[in-house]
Amino acid sequence: MISSIVFILVFGTAFTLFIMKVLKIRRNILLGKDAVLEGTPAARLKTMAMVALGQSKMVVRPVAGILHIFIYLAFVFTQVELIEIIVDGITNGHRSIWQLLENTALSGIYTLGINLIEILSILAFIATIVFLSRRNILRLARFQKPELKGWPSRDANIILLGEIFLIACIMLMNSTDVALQRLGETHATGTFFVSNALSDIWAGTNVHTLHLLERIGWWGHLLGILGFMVYLPYSKHFHILLAFPNTYYTNLKPKGKFTNLEAVTKEVKLMMDPSADPYAAPADPNAAPVKFGARDVTDLTWKNLMDAYTCTECGRCTSECPANQTGKLLSPRKIMMDTRDRLEEVGRNIDKHGKDYNDGKSLLGNYITEEELWACTSCNACVQACPVNINPLEIILELRRDLVMEQSKAPASLNAMFTNVENNGAPWQFSPMDRANWINEL
Amino acid sequence: MEEKIKVPTCAELAANGETPEILFWVGCAGSFDDRAKKVTKAFAKILHHTGTKFAILGTEESCTGDPAKRAGNEFLFQMMAFQNIQILNGYGIKKIVTACPHCFNTLKNEYPGLGGEYEVMHHSQFLQQMLDSGKLKVQGGAFKGKKITYHDPCYLGRANDVYEAPREVIEKLDVAIAEMHRSRAKGFCCGAGGAQMFKEAEKGNKEVNIERAEEALGLNPDVIAVACPFCNTMMTDGVKLKEKQDSVKVLDIAEMIAQANDL
Repeated sequence: MISSIVFILVFGTAFTLFIMKVLKIRRNILLGKDAVLEGTPAARLKTMAMVALGQSKMVVRPVAGILHIFIYLAFVFTQVELIEIIVDGITNGHRSIWQLLENTALSGIYTLGINLIEILSILAFIATIVFLSRRNILRLARFQKPELKGWPSRDANIILLGEIFLIACIMLMNSTDVALQRLGETHATGTFFVSNALSDIWAGTNVHTLHLLERIGWWGHLLGILGFMVYLPYSKHFHILLAFPNTYYTNLKPKGKFTNLEAVTKEVKLMMDPSADPYAAPADPNAAPVKFGARDVTDLTWKNLMDAYTCTECGRCTSECPANQTGKLLSPRKIMMDTRDRLEEVGRNIDKHGKDYNDGKSLLGNYITEEELWACTSCNACVQACPVNINPLEIILELRRDLVMEQSKAPASLNAMFTNVENNGAPWQFSPMDRANWINEL
Repeated sequence: MEEKIKVPTCAELAANGETPEILFWVGCAGSFDDRAKKVTKAFAKILHHTGTKFAILGTEESCTGDPAKRAGNEFLFQMMAFQNIQILNGYGIKKIVTACPHCFNTLKNEYPGLGGEYEVMHHSQFLQQMLDSGKLKVQGGAFKGKKITYHDPCYLGRANDVYEAPREVIEKLDVAIAEMHRSRAKGFCCGAGGAQMFKEAEKGNKEVNIERAEEALGLNPDVIAVACPFCNTMMTDGVKLKEKQDSVKVLDIAEMIAQANDL
């Protein structure tokens, strides 16, 4: 009875904390502007099925990709065992689902399911060890970039160690349970091969200790899962949930197609229309002045902001970026991390000071510098590389638009190029009348 | 061979009440840059050779606005776009071919939203069509058996998923294509895109084009094939800096086809 009450309280608290933070993130994402997204629902579902569910872009790098699939599958399948843990927790029962299915045609499925979870857990265990060594012993270049110093590196290690803890608990729980079954102490189940082999460790352990260890495994796994859930939305690891909506809402356009700013279209049309009245009163005199481009996170679209919360900082974008590869300051991963960090800051400001508070800071300037933005070649390598379809290039372009159109802060050489395009119809200083001279050289 | 090729402008055709089957959009590099002009001339010869009824805009053509847009100057981009669309629509243009992936991307993807809807082809796609239909035939000629590596332009490859057309064109030359480690969707930029062509690179420890040229030269190719005037400049500069210009040529796929056909 007490155990059931403790279970319900712990579970309820964790779930409430999780939902509260998720709702904050949702609110923050919706601070973004409307996004124009191309693609039909069918095409979106297909993208989500391939990229998120099917991990198609993960396996472009086979080692990390396949190891990641082990962890992913272990995580997904272990949630099935979680159902039984919840039922057991509320009823203070033991292997409730098994007792329900025992002696029915479905008992084989239970045994198969637990075996699958155990085998995947062992594979996931190996994967986490490899991932920890890639970060901390082999020190792969993409995990040593400046933007990962401090908290982001710790965050990654906490998650990997957490996964090892969860796997250890579930194996402790199952192997001691098998040992107890052998002693006739608990209800017999079908054969679980992994925990069967592991249970040999417990030969000669007394029954009382085995019961205690089994409970430690059970509560450890449960508290681990709940702790993980509460931690998730504060961590880069939130990608395990957002990967699905984020891939669903991928803008399914050719990657080279950049948005045409509608506000600019209006002004340019007015400029080029000889019958337009430049002194005509604006349609809505109270309308907020139109901003060209983005200076802060709230000038970006909600999809850009969802991208930021989806980023798990794997750094594939940065390791493919030609600017970063040649020693420039730009790192597409940092663009995404900065966007999320600034959005979290804006969210905290709203919580503390209300909706209209202005802290005098902005994404461009306080987080992202001009030098980073001007290093981009717009080559789309980062967009291509992202395993969850994040688009850092869109943010870079929006910030450039603010620099150029709102602040007139383009590098001098680009200003010269603009002048040439405007006056000569070409980015260089040639006379437009010489444009077709080549036809006389044939 | 020595016949004088006449390249008509849309204005000249319009004077006779005609419209071209296809407009050859030359682009700024193709019009003014000495290296890119060679590609323009090679492609014009191919168009002529295949009996395509084409024309150019001549002095009525302007920058598509691509470099302005990528640099963040949407105003200038849209001004250029509206100006060009007015002219293109005025001549009733339906189909455009261009040897510049940046013009290709802008005309194909960004002009429709501003009222300019055309069927737009990159010259690699046009060449592939001509070869497939038999209107253009090639033997390897000077390139037979040579080792060629192809550098994917970002605005043709990743930006528009055109990876195979240029490769199929090159394969027709009886050559051995050697792929760089970073090719197709993983292709490494030449360093010119996003208006970088028109500014100094930001502080770093290497130029992007040197990194790419080194990768290409690592394969010991006879020719580095390109399909973009800016990639052409960047790779040519990279090869020169590595002092390999005597043994390794940087050529556009149109130049290769024209040379193989003695055009």
